[in-house]
Amino acid sequence: MTKKEIFINATFKDNAIWRQILGICSALAVTNLMLNSLIMGLGVIFTLAMAGMTISLIRAWTPRSVRMMVQVLIIAAYVIIVDIFLKANMPVISKQLGPYVGLIITNCILMGRAEAFASQNKVMDSLVDGIGSGIGYTMVLLAISFIRELFGFGSIFGFRIMGDWWTAWSIMVMAPSAFFLLAMLIWIINTYYYKVKA
Amino acid sequence: MEISAFVLFWAAIFTGNILLTYFLGMCSYLSISKEIESAFGLGIAVAFVLIVTSALNWLVYYYILIPFGIVYLQYIVFIIVIAAFVQFLELVIERYTPSLYYSLGIFLPLITVNCAILGVGLFMIIRKYSFIQTLAFSAGSGIGWLLAILMLAAIRRKLKEKMVPAGLRGAAISLIITGIMALGFIGFSGIVQIQ
Repeated sequence: MTKKEIFINATFKDNAIWRQILGICSALAVTNLMLNSLIMGLGVIFTLAMAGMTISLIRAWTPRSVRMMVQVLIIAAYVIIVDIFLKANMPVISKQLGPYVGLIITNCILMGRAEAFASQNKVMDSLVDGIGSGIGYTMVLLAISFIRELFGFGSIFGFRIMGDWWTAWSIMVMAPSAFFLLAMLIWIINTYYYKVKA
Repeated sequence: MEISAFVLFWAAIFTGNILLTYFLGMCSYLSISKEIESAFGLGIAVAFVLIVTSALNWLVYYYILIPFGIVYLQYIVFIIVIAAFVQFLELVIERYTPSLYYSLGIFLPLITVNCAILGVGLFMIIRKYSFIQTLAFSAGSGIGWLLAILMLAAIRRKLKEKMVPAGLRGAAISLIITGIMALGFIGFSGIVQIQ
């Protein structure tokens, strides 16, 4: 596979969220505001790319029996970098994201890509795959948070779009809307992109 | 801000359900909810590991990480504690109760990467819970998670014979069911309230 194919595969065809149903936790939790989703997405892209590269780099010297533990520790190290960076530079967003930054460690996308791709492929390919999967994930987050923020707060990236006449839908800020929106997104993609038939 | 442990326990089950409100532990929740028996097995295992590892992590955080000034290592330390405990549990169960091992053992490796376990650990640090509060919160969260996965498994069993649009089958319909359950749980929010 060329690098371009790997990228397209990771971003669209095998998208982590709508195809593999991985990493749903954070996809639902941080999507009430677009800015939070974007920052979270960038954090995941960074972690996926760097962890994928590192795991791929040491794949020949990692004993099979302890490889899960090694992978988790590598991922955790990069997540700590992201967490410290956010705490230092964007304290407000870091507070809003709360535990979900730390939870990137147990985000199934990370372990899934490490196990399925990085532990068997070349370093640069793993980097491309990590960036692709991360962008696919961020895309879904932004799509869901766009609807939630627009209807829930009447704004986009914090800028007010709707006029004063707009009554915010408080349901969009609460948990259930995230479940419904993600389900609808998966439904639309299944029907029009994968053309699933009964 | 001192919430009594009793209130925290009920709040963690109903008003602030770890899965329906904080979305933690979704991956295994969606994939292991086809059969009630396996959902129950996984739920029990998660609840047990959750209670023990949260207590361990609390002790590690306040008696090792803070005195030595290495709080920034908390993610790595927490995940090591969880992984080590799960590994230890697997050995013990396999050695002493083989029958339990066959029904529960397959879920154990899944638990290390279940976000609910690490999530509760991080919540208790962020909200500055005392040890007793942590015990109540983790017990409530474990039971709440068990409740949620059991409900989903029961509904999915009924749903098997029903017509579901092709594109919705699998994860999507489970998400819609979960959304309706979450709506229902909002009805509890008048009883007790945490954050």
